[in-house]
Amino acid sequence: MVEKSVQEINTKIEDGSVNVVTAEEMVGIVEELGAEGAAKEVDVVTTGTFGAMCSSGLMLNLGHSEPPIKIQKIWFNDVEAYSGVAAVDAYLGAAQNSDVRGIQYGGAHVIEDLLRGKEINVHATSYGTDCYPRKVLDTSITLEDLNEAFLLNPRNAYQKYAAATNSSKRILHTYMGELLPKFGNVTYSGAGVLSPLSNDPEYQTIGIGTRIFMGGAQGYVIGNGTQHSPNNGFGTLMLRGNLKDMSPDYVRAASFTGYGATLYMGIGIPIPILNEKLAASTAVRDSDLVTEILDYGAGSRDKPLIREANYAELRSGSVEIQGKEVPTSSMSSFKNARKIANELKEWVNNGKFFLSMPVEGLPRDRKVKPMKQTQAVPLVKDVMSDFIVTIKKDQTVRDAAKKIWENSFNHVAVISDSGELVGLVTAWDISKAVAENRFDSVETIMTKKVLSCAPNEPVDLAARRLDRNGVSAMPVVDTQTRVLGIITSDNISKLFARRY
Amino acid sequence: MKIKIIIPTDTIHNPIIAESMLETNVLLNIMVANIDSTYGELIADVKDSQFNRIKKALESKGAVVAVLDQPITRDEEECVDCGACISVCPMKVYSFDENWSLCVDDKKCIQCGMCIKMCPHGALKLGE
Ligand code: SF4
Ligand code: SF4
Repeated sequence: MVEKSVQEINTKIEDGSVNVVTAEEMVGIVEELGAEGAAKEVDVVTTGTFGAMCSSGLMLNLGHSEPPIKIQKIWFNDVEAYSGVAAVDAYLGAAQNSDVRGIQYGGAHVIEDLLRGKEINVHATSYGTDCYPRKVLDTSITLEDLNEAFLLNPRNAYQKYAAATNSSKRILHTYMGELLPKFGNVTYSGAGVLSPLSNDPEYQTIGIGTRIFMGGAQGYVIGNGTQHSPNNGFGTLMLRGNLKDMSPDYVRAASFTGYGATLYMGIGIPIPILNEKLAASTAVRDSDLVTEILDYGAGSRDKPLIREANYAELRSGSVEIQGKEVPTSSMSSFKNARKIANELKEWVNNGKFFLSMPVEGLPRDRKVKPMKQTQAVPLVKDVMSDFIVTIKKDQTVRDAAKKIWENSFNHVAVISDSGELVGLVTAWDISKAVAENRFDSVETIMTKKVLSCAPNEPVDLAARRLDRNGVSAMPVVDTQTRVLGIITSDNISKLFARRY
Repeated sequence: MKIKIIIPTDTIHNPIIAESMLETNVLLNIMVANIDSTYGELIADVKDSQFNRIKKALESKGAVVAVLDQPITRDEEECVDCGACISVCPMKVYSFDENWSLCVDDKKCIQCGMCIKMCPHGALKLGE
């Protein structure tokens, strides 16, 4: 039995006799010495992770202007921050996009620019009071000019994260990057063997008050993160650190195409090896950490599970899905995670960083709940017309014209002999064919690349697709692409007219 | 060298690639082909010494030929070595070395632009 205290370890840090290894190195040490031997030998195991952490932001204080203002709305380089906290405090969220530059530039970019010493334009407005008469403020600031500039990150350092893939037929732009059609790739995030929470999955040493490496400076865990869900291995942390002490090597703005701004944060947590149980848990390997590969193709909250995979498989460069080798991409940087674990190790070795025991642990028995929604989401099947005119692909243009005329319907779905949707013909296509004197089969005049949607898709998604493609209707099909009905922009506007 | 061959609508029904190869005896190694009934675009590899001959032949039959000589460039300051670009590149230009640093084998690049949108850090560019 090995029993150590954080005080004993801190004394060793002070006199330079502490033994620190990274979580990667710990795997081999426990293999060789066993958990008990390793617990005797090793005092601290350092972890690291470097990846997109959208739920991050900067709490800042500007100081008072003359005449003073009680800021109600505020923008930093055209990125809006929240200022409903006293007069000159504001919270700038990393994922807030610029009003002017859109998703190319966001709160994360302002944070990185501040850190790099750049000047930031500030625009603020208010209604004016007797004690704060000013109504408009324009100035420019640098990081130095701020009284306080603390990163207060509500949800960082996910224990592990579900990987993403895409079964649909189009490229998806997501916060997990570009997902290529028909399972063209898999993207994942997380440092696996080096992941902080995965190395102490029972939160024996990580809790409120744990001192950590945060963006190149010393920061603190201030509680569990939002959406903390330890019951299924998805714990998260809420963190606080002083931006003024951080380094742009570990705080990097990014933007995902079609999604928006986010902040890449570098986080490292030292785990004191107080007993053999901790020695054993810090010996976790990539192959022990299993996550899910989810299908983002459906576009709804409950993403279908495609398969499970461990981090060793994900990091090997490809995984098998439905008999096919699919290439994988990491969205987080393992190289930087390793750099962080090593830098933290140096800090402890050089007596620059002392460990702290949490003053309170993290909840261990919880699972995140979905949102309570009081308005049901309307689905395509609720608003579609279940009457749709169909025509076999070898029928003639004349047949199609007749059908349109008889049913006074603008769209005719073209189907194969077995009933699958193969194309769409509109009244316009027919007039064009007639004008050109073409009366052969509808197959020769139909639009072949038809958009379609599923009956259980939310209407909002279908509307978005119609809009993006500039068309006014699309057939609704079942999983065998048999035609069930049609949804038109008319159906949709009627629905929204009912709603508001 | 890598070249891009564009086949416009009016010549799409003629087998101009095959004709040009037979006529010049120059072999094209076709790496990517996107052809439908209205338009065609191919990426092919050809020996430097034979490029002029095949170019002439293709152009005489209505194709547009361009040399792909400006592969992708990476800004190493912006790059964080995440590897997001690896899985979207059809030509396997990107890989990790044993230290998990990104390696870029730009000779294989066909300038399709897929990786540019994938890179969260705006580190990848074409045409510079
Ligand atoms: S431009 Fe295309 S081929 Fe070139 S590196 Fe990027 S993805 Fe690969
Ligand atoms: S996606 Fe961009 S940042 Fe990531 S490794 Fe590729 S070039 Fe570097």
